[in-house]
Amino acid sequence: MANLKELSQRTVKFTAGHRACAGCLPAVALRQVTLSADYPIVVGFATGCMEVVSTIFPYTAWNVPYIHVAFENVAAVMSGVESAYKALKKKGKINEEIKFIAFGGDGGTYDIGFQALSGMAERGHDVLYICYNNEAYMNTGIQRSSATPFGAQTSTTPVGSVEFGKKQFPKDLTQIMVAHGIPYVAQASVHNWKDLNMKVEKALKIKGPKFINILAPCTLGWRYPAEKGIEIAKLAVETCVWPIYEVENGKYKINYKPREKKPVIEWLKTQGRFAHLLKPEYQHLVEEIQKEVDRRWEHLLELAGT
Amino acid sequence: MKVMALTGNEAVAEAMRQINPDVVAAYPITPQTELMHRFTEFVADGLVDTEMVLVESEHSALSATVGASAAGARAMTATSSQGLALMWEILYIAAGLRLPIVMPVVNRALSAPINIHGDHSDTMGARDSGWIQIFSENAQEAYDNTIIAVRIAEHPDILLPVMVTMDGFIISHTMERVEVLDDDVVKNFIGEYNPKYKLLDVKNPVTMGPLDLQDYYFEHKRAQAEAMENAYKLIKEIDEEYYKISGRRYSYVEPYEIDDADIILISLGSTAGTIKDVVDELRLKGLKVGGLKIRVYRPFPRDEIKEFLSNASVVGVMDRAIAFGSPCGPVCLDVKASLQGTSLSNLPIVNYIYGLGGRDITPKDIIKIFNELEKVRISGEVPNLPRYVGVRGEENYIEQKAKLKIKN
Ligand SMILES: Cc1ncc(C[n+]2csc(CCOP(=O)(O)OP(=O)(O)O)c2C)c(N)n1
Ligand code: SF4
Ligand SMILES: [Mg+2]
Repeated sequence: MANLKELSQRTVKFTAGHRACAGCLPAVALRQVTLSADYPIVVGFATGCMEVVSTIFPYTAWNVPYIHVAFENVAAVMSGVESAYKALKKKGKINEEIKFIAFGGDGGTYDIGFQALSGMAERGHDVLYICYNNEAYMNTGIQRSSATPFGAQTSTTPVGSVEFGKKQFPKDLTQIMVAHGIPYVAQASVHNWKDLNMKVEKALKIKGPKFINILAPCTLGWRYPAEKGIEIAKLAVETCVWPIYEVENGKYKINYKPREKKPVIEWLKTQGRFAHLLKPEYQHLVEEIQKEVDRRWEHLLELAGT
Repeated sequence: MKVMALTGNEAVAEAMRQINPDVVAAYPITPQTELMHRFTEFVADGLVDTEMVLVESEHSALSATVGASAAGARAMTATSSQGLALMWEILYIAAGLRLPIVMPVVNRALSAPINIHGDHSDTMGARDSGWIQIFSENAQEAYDNTIIAVRIAEHPDILLPVMVTMDGFIISHTMERVEVLDDDVVKNFIGEYNPKYKLLDVKNPVTMGPLDLQDYYFEHKRAQAEAMENAYKLIKEIDEEYYKISGRRYSYVEPYEIDDADIILISLGSTAGTIKDVVDELRLKGLKVGGLKIRVYRPFPRDEIKEFLSNASVVGVMDRAIAFGSPCGPVCLDVKASLQGTSLSNLPIVNYIYGLGGRDITPKDIIKIFNELEKVRISGEVPNLPRYVGVRGEENYIEQKAKLKIKN
C-alpha cells in the first residue's frame, strides 16, 4: 500500500483547476482513486457533477485518457473500451498493461445506469466501477435518487405541510453488486483515504469486474459548511449509516467497527437536508431511521460472521 | 471471387467476417437476429478475431461500440426497429464524437402496434442523426455496401458512422445469388484501422466527450455538417475503387430507363427492383416510364436528383414510412427540397406511402401508380397530399373526397 509521501509524489491524473464547488468531496474521491491507481489508466465517466466540472471545452482536468458518452451507459462504454483493449492486445497492437476505471454518480449508477452496470458485471469485464455517492442528482439541482436517505429533503422531495422528505430508505446497491458474484465489492468513505487507497490498489490487481461505492458528501446538496465534509463523512461511518467494508470473492470484511456506535441523530443534525427531522413532531422518523440503520448493521455483522 | 447462395443477413455476416472487426457488440431483435447468429458462428469457429460483446440492450450495444471505437478499435453492431429506437440517444453521440462505426440496420416497422416486418420507419427516424445512410436493393448490395461503408466511415475527411440498411425479411431472409470477394481482396480494400486519436494511446491522453457550451458547441456541429458534405463529395471515389476490385459500380442514385422517361418513380431498397420489372413491362406497351433508386440517402444526393429528373414531366416518390404531421413522406420532402429554387421547382410530384409493417408492394400496385402518374401528366392535376398505396379503405376514402369535392 502506498504511503502518503508516495502518493503525493505521483503524477496527478485528475488535476486542479476544475470547477467543482469549494469543499466538494466527490472531487476529492476522484483524486484519491486516480492517485491510488499506479498504472496507465483509461477513465470513463457518466454524466453528472464530476463530468461537468472536469471537462468544459477547451479545458480538461484529466491527465489520462478520458471518455464521457452519456448518463446511463458508462459501464457499457467501458465494456467496449476494455473489449477493444483485449482485441488489440491479442493482435499485438498494444503491449502496455492498462487499467480501466468507470465513474458514475449515484444517479448514474443506482438508477439510470444500473442496467448497464449489471450487464458489465455479469459479462465479467475487467473494469473497476467507482460510484461516487453524494446521495442525490446534484448536477441537475439536488433531486432524489434511490441512494438518497430516508427523510432527506431534496428538490423533488421537499418538506411541506404533509410531506417530510424522501419516504424510502436507500437501495443497498453494494449488496446488489455482491449478489452479482463479482470478485471484489467494497464500500468506502472519502474521509478515510488510507482505506480507500488500499481498496483501489487491491481492486486493480484483481481481474474482472470490481465495484467500489464511495460516500462523498456534497456541500450544496447536503447543506453543511464547506469545511465540514470530511467530518460528516466520518460520522456516517461512526454512526454505521455508511459502514466501510469489502467483499472479496464472497468473503466479507468490515474495515472499521466503531467501538461505540454513535446515535444516528449525530449524523442527521450536521446537515441542512435533515434539519426538519430535529423537530419534535418528527421524533418518530428519527427512531425509524435508527432502527433501519441498526438492522442493516446487524445484518452486515452477520454476513461478516462477527 | 466465389458465388454463394446467401440471405441478406448471411451476406452481411459474410462481409463482417471479411472485415474482421476488432469488437462487435450486439443484442437480438428480429429480423436482425440471423445476422448475428451467423456472425457468432464465425466467432465460435475462430474465423474472426473479434471480441464479441453480448450486451444487455441495444442502448448498451451502441454504447459499447462507441467505447470500442473511441478506444481505437474497428467496431460494429447491427440492429432493427425498436433496437434502433432505443439507440437513439447514442446515435447522435456516435456521430458527434465522429466515430467511424458501421452498423447494418435490417429495416423493420416501429411499434405501436408491434410488427416485425419490413418498412423504413426505423431508419427514417434516424435520418438526421448525423449517420450516413446507404440503402440496399438486394443481398448483393447489402454485402457490397457493408464493405464500402468501412472505407467511407474511416475516411479521415469524413469520420462519420454509417448505417447500411436492407429491408427486413424481403432482403434479410431471402436467399439470393451473391458474389463474394476473396478475403484478402476485402482486407486490402479496407486496410488497417489506425485512428489519429484513441483512448488506448495512454502516452497521448485525450479527453473525449467534454461539456461543450455556447462558446464552441456550434463550431463543432458546423464541422460535423461539413463532414457530411465531404462524404457527399468522397463516397463516389470510394465507390469507384470498389468497382475496380469487384466489377460492380455503385452510384448515389441508380437510374433505370430514365433517358427519355416522362414519368419517373423514385424509391429506396427492395422496391426499386420491383419497379425495374414494371418499367420493363410498361415500356413494352409503349409507356415512357423510368425508375430512380436512391442508394445513398444521407448525405442526400440533391444534385443527382436534379440531374436525373431534369427531363421528367411527372415524378412519383415512394415512401415506406410516414412522417406524421408533415406535408409528405421523408423521401418526398427531400426530393422536393432539392428541386426548390431550381428550374424544376414546378415539376409535378406525387408522394406514395406504401408497404408499412411489411405490407406487400406488388407489380400491380406499381402499375397502378404509373397509371395514376400518367393521368396527372395529362390532366396537370397534382394531388399534393400523400397517396396511401395498398391500404384497406383508401379507395373509398378517395371516392368520398371526390364526392364531397375535397381537393387532394
Ligand atoms: C438520459 C438523461 N436523463 C437525464 C439527464 C439529466 N441529468 C444529467 S446529470 C443528472 C444527475 C446526475 O446525478 P448523479 O449521477 O447522482 O451525479 P451527481 O450530479 O450527483 O454528481 C441528470 C438527471 C441526462 N443527462 N441524460
Ligand atoms: S454540487 Fe456537490 S457534487 Fe456538485 S460540484 Fe458542488 S459539491 Fe461537488
Ligand atoms: Mg449524485
